Amino acid sequence: MNFRWIAKSMMVAAAFMVSCAQASLEIIITEGVDSARPVAIVPFAFVGATKPNQDIGQIVSADLMRSGKFNPINAMRMPQQPQNSSQFNAAVWDKTGVEAVVMGTIKEVGMDRYTVSYELVDVVKAKGGVGQPMMNAAGRIVGGTNHILHASEITITGKQFRQYAHRMSDVIYEKLTGERGAFSTKIAYVLVRDRQEYRYQLVVADYDGENEQVLLRAKEPLMSPSWSPDGTKLAYVTFERKQSQIYIQDVYTARRSILTSFKGINGSPVWSPDGRKMAMTLSKDGNSEIYVMDIASKALTKVAPHRAIDVEPTWAPDGKSILFSSERGGRPQLYSVELGSNQVSRVTFEGEMNLAGKYTPNGQAIVMVNRTNGQYNIARMDRTTKFMQVLTRTYLDESPSIAPNGSMIIYSTLHGSNTQVLALVSMDGRFKARLPATNGRVKSPAWSPFL
Amino acid sequence: MNLNKVLKGLLVAVPVLTLAACSSNNETDAGDANANATQPVVADQGLSDAEQLRQQLEALRQQNTIYFDFDKSDIRSEFASVLDAHAAFLRARTTISVTIEGHTDARGTPEYNIALGERRGQSVQKYLENLGVAAGQMSVVSYGEEKPVDAGNTEESFAKNRRAVLVY
Repeated sequence: MNFRWIAKSMMVAAAFMVSCAQASLEIIITEGVDSARPVAIVPFAFVGATKPNQDIGQIVSADLMRSGKFNPINAMRMPQQPQNSSQFNAAVWDKTGVEAVVMGTIKEVGMDRYTVSYELVDVVKAKGGVGQPMMNAAGRIVGGTNHILHASEITITGKQFRQYAHRMSDVIYEKLTGERGAFSTKIAYVLVRDRQEYRYQLVVADYDGENEQVLLRAKEPLMSPSWSPDGTKLAYVTFERKQSQIYIQDVYTARRSILTSFKGINGSPVWSPDGRKMAMTLSKDGNSEIYVMDIASKALTKVAPHRAIDVEPTWAPDGKSILFSSERGGRPQLYSVELGSNQVSRVTFEGEMNLAGKYTPNGQAIVMVNRTNGQYNIARMDRTTKFMQVLTRTYLDESPSIAPNGSMIIYSTLHGSNTQVLALVSMDGRFKARLPATNGRVKSPAWSPFL
Repeated sequence: MNLNKVLKGLLVAVPVLTLAACSSNNETDAGDANANATQPVVADQGLSDAEQLRQQLEALRQQNTIYFDFDKSDIRSEFASVLDAHAAFLRARTTISVTIEGHTDARGTPEYNIALGERRGQSVQKYLENLGVAAGQMSVVSYGEEKPVDAGNTEESFAKNRRAVLVY
């Protein structure tokens, strides 16, 4: 038995090597650009012979736009295209209403070596004021450098351009909003291609859909990917042995190991904030219940047992309680259980049902799938005021996952006739975007932690 | 109904258990089966056991799906005869086991639907157990909303996907 197990695992291992696929997701913004703050990303000047094919300015522009908070203006509308802050003319920019300008240069300094330098300038501060730099009659800045919010220089290879552009976006976003940027994060999701033999694929891509990597191909369904808090591993559910099992797989080495294979449901694994425990749904005793497993010892603790269906555990940011969906009150609603006392309290009351609850990173709100008048949409509830706001108007929304900075929710929805796609909605519901796959259905998105 | 006729023709004599849990409808069916089963039809045809089994399985696979109402897991009365036929077969063939797959439509979350699909599988399992099938012959696996037979999102498609399938 044991030997067969090992042999079988090895065979499976051979079938899923980490492989690259062409990017199958793009982002279509459907709502919310008008309310965003205008900024300018001036096209970067290039000095050298071989221009790398990745355009840093374009990547940063796209990042800022997709955050829903910024509206980078078209280069045609820029009054000037400065390469550095000494060329920056505050007077002409002031009239555009643009709040901040990013400018920079790329210099080829060797074989596939490029020095990228950029500055982020605050237009309002550059215009002058008490204690601020002053413009001279020609509009040039004289005096202080308060208006330069950030300046940076680095030498990288052409291959690193995209990654570095996302890092730039992180910095620019944080300087302008005070909140950490989440542009250097990844998204795991399940891609289903109905006509292929290995129709289920577990995929990891950059948050913008680029650099897609297939971690696993399977003939049977894959479900519920969940990131370890350090961003190096994924837990997920497979049916490859014609029953559900929970696996843990290293994202970078593709090595994987089985965590649970109990009779019945082995579902919805979610790592504790300290990475040592896994909350999950098991039905080994005949009914789906929430469990917490110590990953190292595999010791199991049943929490909040009830004869009704209990599913979808998720950890509070402090790791002291677990939020879950339960039918113990009739229809499914969200409940919370304190892990020390095992004391259970009901969390949601509004709507016909609420499922798939997730805490925002700061713990102040809960995001969930809400059903009202038969419609399944993503909703957010403030934990203090209990105010519930439905954020989406898409069809059959499920699997919400929150960006690590709490700015955005990615979820799966039906678009068009019957295509399952990923979609984004900002935490305030104003910004909306769709990530249609060019081939296949996409589901179960999981946003990585900060990487 | 058609399935039942085929099966009754193929079945060897089976002691029929009368169970408290059976509805009056089931008892009538069981009575019929008993009457037919006393006729040594199979032996007269001179079929090998392997051939009998093949034909029985073929017949059972023709009607192996039970459909459910939205958000429900109780067995609708119209599926009693289908399940009776599977129960009779499993009682006669105690070495054969069946996997009961539970499925749901796309509404609700995937993780909740896994639990709902399992509940549908379990209600078929319990129904067969009440008809005398040994628990050890049956296993339940829920695929939730992951394996729709109809990828559409009309009420008609949803209805086709809310199902339990008996797989031999």
